[in-house]
Amino acid sequence: MQKVVILGGGVGGTIVANQVARQMGTELKHGDIEITVISESHDHVYQPMFLYLAFDQVVPSEAKKPERDILDRHVKLVEATADRIDRDAKAIVMADGTTIDYDYLVIATGSRPSPEQIDGLPEGGHIFYTEEGAIKLRQALHDFDGGRIVVTVGVPHKCPVAPLEFTFMVQEWAHSRGIGDKTEVVYTYPIGRLHSLEPVAKWAGPVFEERHIESHIFFNPEKVDPTQKTITSLEGETLNYDLLVAIPPHTGQDVIGRSKLGDGGNWVPTNRHTLRMEGSQNIFVLGDATNLPISKAGSTAHFEADIVAANLINLLRGGLGSMQYDGKVFCFIETGMKTATYITFDYTTPPNPPAPTEMIHLYKLAYNRMYWLTPAGLL
Amino acid sequence: MADEVKIVDARGSFCPGPLMELIKGIRQEPVGTVLEVWSSDSGSAKDIPEWVRRAGHELIQNIEEAGIYKVQVKKTR
Repeated sequence: MQKVVILGGGVGGTIVANQVARQMGTELKHGDIEITVISESHDHVYQPMFLYLAFDQVVPSEAKKPERDILDRHVKLVEATADRIDRDAKAIVMADGTTIDYDYLVIATGSRPSPEQIDGLPEGGHIFYTEEGAIKLRQALHDFDGGRIVVTVGVPHKCPVAPLEFTFMVQEWAHSRGIGDKTEVVYTYPIGRLHSLEPVAKWAGPVFEERHIESHIFFNPEKVDPTQKTITSLEGETLNYDLLVAIPPHTGQDVIGRSKLGDGGNWVPTNRHTLRMEGSQNIFVLGDATNLPISKAGSTAHFEADIVAANLINLLRGGLGSMQYDGKVFCFIETGMKTATYITFDYTTPPNPPAPTEMIHLYKLAYNRMYWLTPAGLL
Repeated sequence: MADEVKIVDARGSFCPGPLMELIKGIRQEPVGTVLEVWSSDSGSAKDIPEWVRRAGHELIQNIEEAGIYKVQVKKTR
């Protein structure tokens, strides 16, 4: 029997499990192969909903379902914490000391927000990248009666369009609440333009001007003073705020560090085309867990998962598993409460976003409900 | 540590892009580390040195080899 272990029950890991299970149903039923997903979370969470949760447009239960309900019934699910990956033994050592052997391993452990990397941020600012953080921000916005909202962005972060989306949405939200005249929206960004994608940055400039959104570029948040309500960048600039909303820096998961497989940020060195861990033939890495210089986003994990699943199926049937990932990413961008655009790009093709429309926004809202077809391996 | 050069291969990176990859690398490495960013974007030859100056790090090298822009930076703080 050949054993496939998938470490992580997020979008990437779940897609791989379901696609392999669907296409190798006969081998699974005959016991020729075994697929195991290890996830320390009972629920599968659709994290983009947290943006809407902060604006009280959805509630947490709309963002999650039990992972067991999404996985193919022939896939084993282990709901427990992994302590480390033991490459020599080809096994996952679990926190309770038990081991789970693999012939092929997929590392799909994702990333985690690390607001603690910026002094004072956990006490002085809000984040919407976790359910708990989005609920706190929902209350803070509910209680907000005008003032200076500063949106700041740490590095690296997942969902690179979320900072712009939140900025546009909060500006429109303030106007819709009748406090637009006494609300300033301030946006900071780590590099020398408004977004890493040049066409998006060029498009955002005039929109910021039209909506009177103040911007500060080359601003990498370094410390927050919750008493004085100020944030200071490592470039030496200090801004006042009444409400601070941070897209926090992220790190890879601690299990990568404990396994000594990552770099200084717990990101796993990964071949950008084969998606195999550098120096390994039987370990694949996808999604936020990689060290690849591409967007940390569910979309990236989705396109990578298609390749990893195809290669696993091929390898399990005696092939070489030589399909390659081209760097494809697709993301919607909310440009306010009623319009949106999208970007798509790969390693060689730059993005070229179309003009925002209401139709794209409506499709994004529809996708938020259709998302569950994606980890099921259907969309 | 000062002699070790860590390569940040950001070729083909439209998002987050080479400068953001450098900032990520600098944040997670100790003071004294030398990082060399590889970029396929000619803009990197200009925007990376500008950020390095603002952030107070040291620009060691800024060259182009066969269409790849290679910018070497030492983390100094």
